[in-house]
Amino acid sequence: MRYHPLTDHDRAHMRATIGVGAVDQLFSDVPRDKLLSGLLDLPTTKSELEVERLMGRMAARNVAAGSVPFFVGAGAYRHHVPASVDHLIQRSEFLTSYTPYQPEIAQGTLQVLFEFQSQVGRLTGMEVANAGMYDGSTGCGEAVLMAHRLTRRNKAVLSGTLHPQYRAVVETLGRMAGDTVEALPPDPEATEDILARIDGQTACVVVQSPSVYGHLIDLAPIAEKAHAVGALLVAVVTEVVALGAIEPPGAQGADIVVGEGQSLGNPLGFGGPYVGLFATREKFIRQLPGRLCGETVDADGKRGFVLTLSTREQHIRRDKATSNICTSSGLCALAFSIHATLLGEAGLTRLAAINHASAAATADALAAVPGVKVLNDTFFNEFTVRLPGDAAAIVEKLAAKGIIAGVPMSRLEPGRPELADLLLVAATETTTDDDRAAFAAALAEVL
Amino acid sequence: MMNTQGRPTRPAEAEAATPVATFTGNRGLQIEEALIFEIGRPDVSGVDLPPAPKAASRLGKHARRAPLGLPGLTEPEAVRHYVRLSRQNYAIDLGLYPLGSCTMKHNPRLNEAMVRLAGFADIHPLQPLSTVKGAVQLMQELSHWLLTMTGMAAVALSPKAGAHGELCGMMAIKAALAARGESRSIVLVPESAHGTNPATAAQLGYKVVPVPAREDGTVDPAAVKALLSPDVAAIMLTNPNTCGLFERDIVEIAEAVHAAGAFFYGDGANFNAIVGKVRPGDLGVDAMHINLHKTFSTPHGGGGPGSGPVVLSKALAPFAPLPFIRLDAGEPVLVETEEGLAEAETPFGRLTAFHGQMGMYVRALAYMLAHGADGLRQASEDAVLSANYVKARLSDLFNAPYGGRPCMHEVLFDDSSLEGTGVSTLDFAKAMIDEGYHPMTMYFPLVVHGAMLIEPTESESLASLDLFIATLRDLAMAAKAGDTERFRQAPRLAPRRRLDETRAARSPRLSWKDPLPAAEAAE
Repeated sequence: MRYHPLTDHDRAHMRATIGVGAVDQLFSDVPRDKLLSGLLDLPTTKSELEVERLMGRMAARNVAAGSVPFFVGAGAYRHHVPASVDHLIQRSEFLTSYTPYQPEIAQGTLQVLFEFQSQVGRLTGMEVANAGMYDGSTGCGEAVLMAHRLTRRNKAVLSGTLHPQYRAVVETLGRMAGDTVEALPPDPEATEDILARIDGQTACVVVQSPSVYGHLIDLAPIAEKAHAVGALLVAVVTEVVALGAIEPPGAQGADIVVGEGQSLGNPLGFGGPYVGLFATREKFIRQLPGRLCGETVDADGKRGFVLTLSTREQHIRRDKATSNICTSSGLCALAFSIHATLLGEAGLTRLAAINHASAAATADALAAVPGVKVLNDTFFNEFTVRLPGDAAAIVEKLAAKGIIAGVPMSRLEPGRPELADLLLVAATETTTDDDRAAFAAALAEVL
Repeated sequence: MMNTQGRPTRPAEAEAATPVATFTGNRGLQIEEALIFEIGRPDVSGVDLPPAPKAASRLGKHARRAPLGLPGLTEPEAVRHYVRLSRQNYAIDLGLYPLGSCTMKHNPRLNEAMVRLAGFADIHPLQPLSTVKGAVQLMQELSHWLLTMTGMAAVALSPKAGAHGELCGMMAIKAALAARGESRSIVLVPESAHGTNPATAAQLGYKVVPVPAREDGTVDPAAVKALLSPDVAAIMLTNPNTCGLFERDIVEIAEAVHAAGAFFYGDGANFNAIVGKVRPGDLGVDAMHINLHKTFSTPHGGGGPGSGPVVLSKALAPFAPLPFIRLDAGEPVLVETEEGLAEAETPFGRLTAFHGQMGMYVRALAYMLAHGADGLRQASEDAVLSANYVKARLSDLFNAPYGGRPCMHEVLFDDSSLEGTGVSTLDFAKAMIDEGYHPMTMYFPLVVHGAMLIEPTESESLASLDLFIATLRDLAMAAKAGDTERFRQAPRLAPRRRLDETRAARSPRLSWKDPLPAAEAAE
């Protein structure tokens, strides 16, 4: 087939060189009765054209976000990505290289990682960042484990502002590692009193701002209370474009900031691959999970970059490692970094302002629909509305009308009737006035 | 000398290539590139955006107060920056990439085209399920292929990479034990295992007990039996193992593990050797992650993203994490929360937000469809044949410590052939760089001295293998002949020479610091 350069003639020559008659002699250590004699019960090889046809049919059964008025967020956001980003990440030398274990021939990847770490540090207002995590949710889990190592305590307090699936990831890791995770109930109206839950056993408190409901949360008093009892504040950001407009968590006293980096450079892609952002204070670097790239010099004194502090990592420390992570999310970090470089501070600031204005206009349009109430006093590009009925059913009705209206909270928090009428609505620079008008009009019709 | 006869010029033979100092520091096509913080400016942007519409702010008191210090570049500057950087990288598309246990095979570009179809790239994980039927169908198709190849009962697609898959499989084992009312505390891990295995077990609170390898590089069932006890939760075994060998007593090991009430975790990092040849499910494996970025060719991207679906045996299937795909009357259904569970489904929790690495599922399925059952088997056979060919042609100059048996898709050498030459495995690897090759995996596995683990994959032509072999032979003979300069000074022709890793670790500089203004710096 087209991906296999060896010919039958080559294979015969190779077998002769090795000294075997049949290739199965090389599989002689496989128990005889387990070696498959025939082909697997699967279709046989296909041409490009045939594969394209099959895949194209599956893709056509999905409604692309760009083809309809679209208001879904909740941790993944539809943004315009400049064409040059996707072109550059498909450069063979980025796309088809391995983890940069041989730095002399991987300076491209390494310098990008150094720039990425620097950009993430500045965006989050933190001193250092690692080279990226799988995504925001797994980064959140790792942050809790890191806080446990740093404080030698094993209780995490999760705010009701946290994305429910992030909460589930932390709870799963905690349950499996024998740690205590105290999750506060969902906080759709930003009324929770988290300060009362932080005590001398608390390793960390995890707060998301903008919250999953869209509220902007004042982190400073939470950081103050946490620090007073020797606990750490883990701040979560699932929409990184917000950092173009709002005060960074680092400036509010966060000890660890984890973020979902998808919004910059990466498509929605049905949930992955994305890239997790992970930043902290300089004094905590030896407890960081994941890869770190550092500056150094080569034998001629030229500046260069290497993976560093690898004595934290599994390939050196094995069962004493800070985490088991090996492959991370290099190419998504590259896409993030290119997009951030193209935007620059001026571009990011303006993009954030446009997102905010777009969401504000959307909130105003929906608030004008009879029976619809916007719950948020503050928000960035996403907010929560209370509908006069079951949000999931209304979303389905709107989908039938060609409008993808947002995330019914019951999808993330099933079994909570008090949340069943809540809908999360996001708007970005890709949302048009026509989209908003169509949404409001259709909503008025189905209510 | 001037060319006076219209013939192509060539350099005078006596002129040895000497390093040329240039004004710019560039060397022809090799162009030095500064950091974005040195060439970018915060007020410059490569994205044209309209002014934001005037609207009342809903940011409350949370509006950002200080500048971020993020540099920007215009599009031509940015394109040049990243293209120049890219040229400092080695890549599969440039040449043979023999990293053992990493499976650096060709990445078909069809797969890149498929993942960029709007119907896959531009869909949100939380848009109504009625609008993503094709995505769920694709996950189901991929599951079917994976289960057929492995002979297992169920698959958890969501793990984000191999190590995440290990976490998934070991969590399923922990949950299954808990469901039996047991809390066992020990996990057995062979010494040759990848570091992620012990790290995973430790993260879940298990005590890691190493299993020694026997003389021939495989695990001795007697050694496993001696370590088994009612306190052993699982064994984590890579097969084929990292010495490049198929664990020939695997069935006996699996039976002993099961008889002790423990589970068998199979590390699928080396699955590329056996696809279509033998099914892990037939060998007694209870859980195994599959690195889609190795065996199924999703691009490594300079260190990810990966994807590590975990196949599970009947005993572990009920504990698969959310989300998962269930077939209801032949129709695939995505189960995302506890609310949607059937009676026998008792997931241990959730490993990530959303549904896993969809972009990798698309690429991997395109790879599988293109290969088909016949192409997949051919790939494994060619990978194994190529590794054995490299071994056969090098075994007079290199020592294969476990060379008595056929290897699988990778061949392991130790450094005994370099003894007394003053050339280490590291020196040897760096000299390969000057010859235009990425080095093999070195100093791993830990069970042999100065390990060199070579995995050519099925993507190389015979001519490519022969040149690689000839290069390694030339280097080995140079080392034996005492040409240590060629090794000690290597690499001399790469974008950088050897880097000072000690300095990087001793005083870490992990991010850009703006230089002090001249006046302050002078004080």
